[in-house]
Amino acid sequence: MLRTIIRFVPPKPKKGDIVEVRSRVQHAMETGHRRDERGKVFPRDILHRMVVTYAGETVFEAEMHPAMAANPYIAFHMRAKESGPLVFAWTGDDGKVETVTANVVVE
Amino acid sequence: MSEAIQLRGTRRALLAAASAGLVAVALRPLPAGATFPDPTLAAINKVTGGAPLKPGRIRVEIPTLVESGSSVSVEAEAESPMTATERCISLHLFTEKNPQPEVASFKFGPSCPRARVDTRIRLAASQFVHAVAEFSDGAWHTVSAEVIITIAACLED
Repeated sequence: MLRTIIRFVPPKPKKGDIVEVRSRVQHAMETGHRRDERGKVFPRDILHRMVVTYAGETVFEAEMHPAMAANPYIAFHMRAKESGPLVFAWTGDDGKVETVTANVVVE
Repeated sequence: MSEAIQLRGTRRALLAAASAGLVAVALRPLPAGATFPDPTLAAINKVTGGAPLKPGRIRVEIPTLVESGSSVSVEAEAESPMTATERCISLHLFTEKNPQPEVASFKFGPSCPRARVDTRIRLAASQFVHAVAEFSDGAWHTVSAEVIITIAACLED
C-alpha cells in the first residue's frame, strides 16, 4: 500500500477549468548506485512508471529513472470534465502495480 | 566614474536577485550543432530515434544554485497551444554527469491542456540538465539549464 498525497489546484474546479494535479508518493527510490559501509550495493528499487487515468482516458504518463528524487513529486495539468475518480497506477521494480484513486469534484 | 556607478548598480542588482532566493533561472537554448556528452546523446537518441534537435520551444526553470542534489525542483513547460492538432506529445529530462543520463519521460494525454511538469530530481554533480520535447508537427526541441550544487546525490544520502 503506497502512501500518497494528491491535491488539486483549485480543489473544486468548474467544468472545463484547467486543474493542476500535484502528486507525491512515499518511496525511497533506491537508485542502485548506493553502497553500504562494506561496499555492497543496495539493489535498485524504484517506482518506474506512473499512469494517470480520468474520464475514460489516460491523462498523463511518466517513466521514471533512479534520478527521480525520493518520494517522487510530479505535478501536471488536466481539464476538469466531470466529477469522478482520477486513478494513479504506479509500477515498481518488482513488477507490482499499485493504484490509488483521488476523487475529482467538478462544480 | 560612470563605470564605477554602473558596476555598483550591477552589484546591487545581483544582491537583490540573490536575496530574493530562487528567482535565478538558467535558460540556455543550446546553439545549433551543440554537442552532448556521448552517454547523454545516446539516451536522447533512444528517445528521439535520432531525429534532429532544434533549440528552444521549452521553458525550463531550475534554481541555478542548489544546496543539495538529492532533491532539485524542476519545472518544464513546452511552448504549445495544446489544441487537438497542435500539441506537445512528450517531454523528457536528461543529465550529463549522473550515473545514468535518463531522468524521466512524461507523456501528455490527448486532452492535456498544458505541456507542463513540475518534479524533483537527483543530481550527482553540478551540470547541465537537458529537456527534450516532441511536438505533433514531428519536431524535436531541446533546452538546457545549468545547475550548480554543493552536496551531490545518488552516491551518498
